[in-house]
Amino acid sequence: MPQPVETPRMYVAIFAGLIALTAATVALCHFDLGAFHGAAGLGIAGAKAALIVLFFMHVRSGSRLIWVIALSGLFWLGILLSLTLTDVLTRSWSM
Amino acid sequence: MAAKSDSLAPHFADLEQQHEAATLGMWIFLATELMFFGGLFTAYTVYRHRYPEEFAAASTRLNLVFGGVNTVVLLTSSLTMALAVYAARVGRRDWLISCLGLTGLLGAAFLVIKGFEYHGDYADNLVPGLAFVESEWPKPAGVKLFLLLYYLMTGVHALHLIIGIVLMSVLAALARRGRYSSEYYAPVEVGGLYWHFVDVIWIFLLPLLYMVGVR
Repeated sequence: MPQPVETPRMYVAIFAGLIALTAATVALCHFDLGAFHGAAGLGIAGAKAALIVLFFMHVRSGSRLIWVIALSGLFWLGILLSLTLTDVLTRSWSM
Repeated sequence: MAAKSDSLAPHFADLEQQHEAATLGMWIFLATELMFFGGLFTAYTVYRHRYPEEFAAASTRLNLVFGGVNTVVLLTSSLTMALAVYAARVGRRDWLISCLGLTGLLGAAFLVIKGFEYHGDYADNLVPGLAFVESEWPKPAGVKLFLLLYYLMTGVHALHLIIGIVLMSVLAALARRGRYSSEYYAPVEVGGLYWHFVDVIWIFLLPLLYMVGVR
């Protein structure tokens, strides 16, 4: 099996990064970024998720099959969201 | 230490293949879990698009201190979980048991804090149908939808966390009995994948629930 290459020191460094990004999210709650307010929050969350998936969940050193499964999960979530939104965003809502 | 033959199921050629199959199976399960939460995220997206001001107004009433502290608690539990898998891989049983115990305790701490937060929400009249003042809001319909999604998403997340805590207790008990070794630790690895996934869901819930409006 592909051996994970992470060391405890690396885990602690990634943890420090995750805490810093959390502090950034909490701080951003108090600033008006206009149209980028939602995008900033989700962008930071995406970065945190990527750190956890790649290092804590060993995808970085995982087999190609694991990459395929992880990415296909995201791909199908994309289909769910995008096809729903093509309907919702192009409908003229009355109410 | 468990003998190799005890840990290897007869339909696998060796422990390596068994480990890979277990990991792959968990990833496929997590992909279906992503679809499960994806339905909630999609419902959230549709209604946030429909009721932007109501979502922003309701979101700023949630307690960001509890939300932030709980995020730190859960991230810490992910660190101890990652260290538990490392301890199992290098065959350190004492570290493994401590890290698994700590991970479960941090998960329980998250639930206790969440309980206090729910109580605060109740006291602040933020529970539609139970404690909610319609006249407090200019447009209550969207506010109620946001709050119901908040309880549904955090509730389903909490349910996953409870399952995770039970998993940690079982893993810790089996580790105490010497079930795992540096050759055989697939259950710890797979339990870790589940735990981290639940953490990732919370990471997205933080901005989606607490950061819609400007505080």
